[in-house]
Amino acid sequence: MAAGIKDKVAILGMGCSAFGERWNDNAEDLIVEAFVEAIEDAGIDKSQIDAAWFGTGIEEQHVGKSAVPLSMALRLPNIPVTRVENYCASGSEAFRGAVYAVASGAADIAMAVGVEKLKDTGYGGLPQRGRGSVNDLFWANASAPGSFAQLATAYRAKHKVGASDLKRAMAHISVKSHDNGSRNPKAHLRNKIDEDKVMNAPMIAEPLGLFDCCGVSDGSAVAIVTTPEIAKSLGKKDLVTVKAMQLSASNGREAQHNSWDGSHFVTTRAAAKRAYQEAGITKPRDQISMFEVHDCFSITELVTMEDLFISDEGRAVHDIMDGFYDADGKIPCQIDGGLKCFGHPIGASGLRMIYEMYLQMNGRAGERQRSEEPVFGMTHNLGGFPHQNICSLTIVGKEGA
Amino acid sequence: MAAGILAYGGYLPKSRLQRSEIFKAHAWVNPGLKGLSRGERTMANWDEDSITMSVEAARDCLNGYDRDNLSAVYMASTTFPFTDRQNAGVVADALNLNSSIQTLDFAASQRAGSSALGVALKSANSSDAPVLVTSSEKRRTKAASPLEFTSGDGAAALLIGEGDVIAKCLSQHTEAVDFVDHFRSEEGSFDYNWEERWVRDEGYLKIAPAAIDAALEKAGVAAADVTTFCFPVAARNVAAGIAKKCGIPAEAVADNLQANCGEVGTAHALIMLVHALETAKPGDKILIASFGQGSDALLFEVTDAITKVSGHAGIKGSLARRKEETNYNRFMAFNNLINMELGIRAEVDKNTGLSTLYRNRKMAQRMIGGKCTKCGTVQFPKSKMCVNENCGAIDTQEDYPFADRTGSMNSYTADRLTFSPDPPAYYGMIQFEEGGRLMSDFTDIDPNEELEVGMKMKMVFRVKDFDYKRGFRRYFWKATPVDAATQGE
Repeated sequence: MAAGIKDKVAILGMGCSAFGERWNDNAEDLIVEAFVEAIEDAGIDKSQIDAAWFGTGIEEQHVGKSAVPLSMALRLPNIPVTRVENYCASGSEAFRGAVYAVASGAADIAMAVGVEKLKDTGYGGLPQRGRGSVNDLFWANASAPGSFAQLATAYRAKHKVGASDLKRAMAHISVKSHDNGSRNPKAHLRNKIDEDKVMNAPMIAEPLGLFDCCGVSDGSAVAIVTTPEIAKSLGKKDLVTVKAMQLSASNGREAQHNSWDGSHFVTTRAAAKRAYQEAGITKPRDQISMFEVHDCFSITELVTMEDLFISDEGRAVHDIMDGFYDADGKIPCQIDGGLKCFGHPIGASGLRMIYEMYLQMNGRAGERQRSEEPVFGMTHNLGGFPHQNICSLTIVGKEGA
Repeated sequence: MAAGILAYGGYLPKSRLQRSEIFKAHAWVNPGLKGLSRGERTMANWDEDSITMSVEAARDCLNGYDRDNLSAVYMASTTFPFTDRQNAGVVADALNLNSSIQTLDFAASQRAGSSALGVALKSANSSDAPVLVTSSEKRRTKAASPLEFTSGDGAAALLIGEGDVIAKCLSQHTEAVDFVDHFRSEEGSFDYNWEERWVRDEGYLKIAPAAIDAALEKAGVAAADVTTFCFPVAARNVAAGIAKKCGIPAEAVADNLQANCGEVGTAHALIMLVHALETAKPGDKILIASFGQGSDALLFEVTDAITKVSGHAGIKGSLARRKEETNYNRFMAFNNLINMELGIRAEVDKNTGLSTLYRNRKMAQRMIGGKCTKCGTVQFPKSKMCVNENCGAIDTQEDYPFADRTGSMNSYTADRLTFSPDPPAYYGMIQFEEGGRLMSDFTDIDPNEELEVGMKMKMVFRVKDFDYKRGFRRYFWKATPVDAATQGE
């Protein structure tokens, strides 16, 4: 295996806009909001950025194609800027581009920007759109909730979990994320809810009700990265470094080969093994301090905690109900509210997850700050459908850990 | 050797709209419709049209027959989805027939179905391969019109040829008379009807008997010897009146399926013929006569081979596969008779690249996937590189048809977010018994019946998307629960 990315790149500064229904802001306005915070945090001048990566998922709804909208929004000095798209994992892809550029020595300081302006469609939920001219001929008429809902039916069948027991654990996930989101001033949804409210909510795609689904939001997040040496030379202490970055893409096995039972993510398991190895983590349940996972739907979070090898297979329901992933539990998951409540502006989400890890490790998370000092934080950013998807994992942590 | 009927098939949509519900909606405007408010009519699902129903009737008919050995596919309808794209050609494609075949549409008359059958009988005489005749109808009717009550949607199919026929054709005769009892034209979407009493006295009772008398005379069969008389008209007592006039025994008059199906337009003569064959005995003489700008009369004699028929759901099986529909609004919506609020999600462009469709037609219309000749893995769609992670061989896949295979359901949902003309949209992963899988739309799901992982599913040919902007519709296959009632006898 390659030597990997561990400790080669440090986070110099980060920023994140408020997420939500930003009726009066264009995507470019959101970018500037996140950028101003990040560049001030980094303590550098814009001219010191050597290259930038720009992640958006549904650019036809807002900025259009190419990296030019980013370069224009931030008036970047004709540096290399690349737009990346990988479904909902687009923000993580921008981060990966910037991190790899620094690690390779091609750039001293690189920037990753993610943005999505979704609340211009005229309706709730993600934009309904074509899937490509050939796919449109035979793909099922599937929405995001409908695709992910099927995890629940397959999971129930495989692990012999009763429908109401599973639904109750899913409800616990959403209640926990709303609790956490209520303590996050930048979160889209800040109201507390209870399990009965989740259980009795209108059905979106069986068995996912309204509160099993994350918010669709406008927002942007920015990361500026450099080498640990340069970070120190700029006066930074207690660095947060990148420990692992792994990506896994479906190859058709789940969608077309009968070896997948539909109850888990093939890609997440593949990427997780590699990520732990890259970070030198041997006992993730003991070593990872906190998670930000892609809780687009409550059931996604539930099966993901098994696919990341934290809960044993078939046991996530018990860990969830035991409060293991609550803000005051053994390993908090979505301490910032997650996609569920912080919100899900697609291209920004992967960077938003890293932003939270960065704040927590710097003790800057305010009311929601984890009391026990975090060492390793892991983000899980998923794009696509359970049967064909992209899984992007990032582990960040204290330098030297 | 004379050509005859080798096999039959039938298809009626599962939903049965209760006529009492139609009447409830219209009693205020026309209390006289009460007389039509008994019983139920077949009602096509939103994703069914004359093509898809023809395909299902043809699949039922061809069950057990060699599809490579057909000389022609004829399709008869007055409600073709396409006016300039051959509809029979779409049917032939969905049936995965080879291209060395004649395809032909029979249109524009309520006797198009019987005429297609008559032509097939003549053409099969000069061909060594059988002709498949399908006829189907899905008429849009004006709200509160009698036709809305008395009509139904459905299809029938007959395989016509020489050899071991279950019924041989003794004779046929056509009277062509431009008698316009009703019409539907380029300028109007709906039937325009003239007075029923005139149609009965001057039309049915004069034109049909002329055709019937001539057909019987050609065959040298006495009217008194007719066992079953099929006359596909909804109006009460008309068939009995014609029988009386022609000397056909009253007990020979066949049920016009008005109580439990409705009159299925130009397909109805064939539907009644199939229904008659389902209970026929060797030696029976079945007479069918149609009516539409004249009359076709065809006389058949049932052979001993009828006793060996099996494996067809037919009309009998279709009648048994039934779900009561009590929501008249749903019927209006499915037939575009009211201006429904569909939401902005429905505005997504459903344009079909015609070159894309042609290049992928085996996948999209025939549901042909691939089987790797190196590792044996079956997969959908067929691709250049094998999906088996331990194989990955390139250019090793041979055609592998999926349409007639059953699978089991691995996962499912009922989705109320995605746009569907009949929410919720049901879909899930179907895994085929011999390999291969597909995240597939489901259709004909009864919300009162529990779906469960592992249940058996089969594939049916349906409309995938309507492109109203360009007047196009694309077809694909959808999964539906295997229903005991459609398993044949």
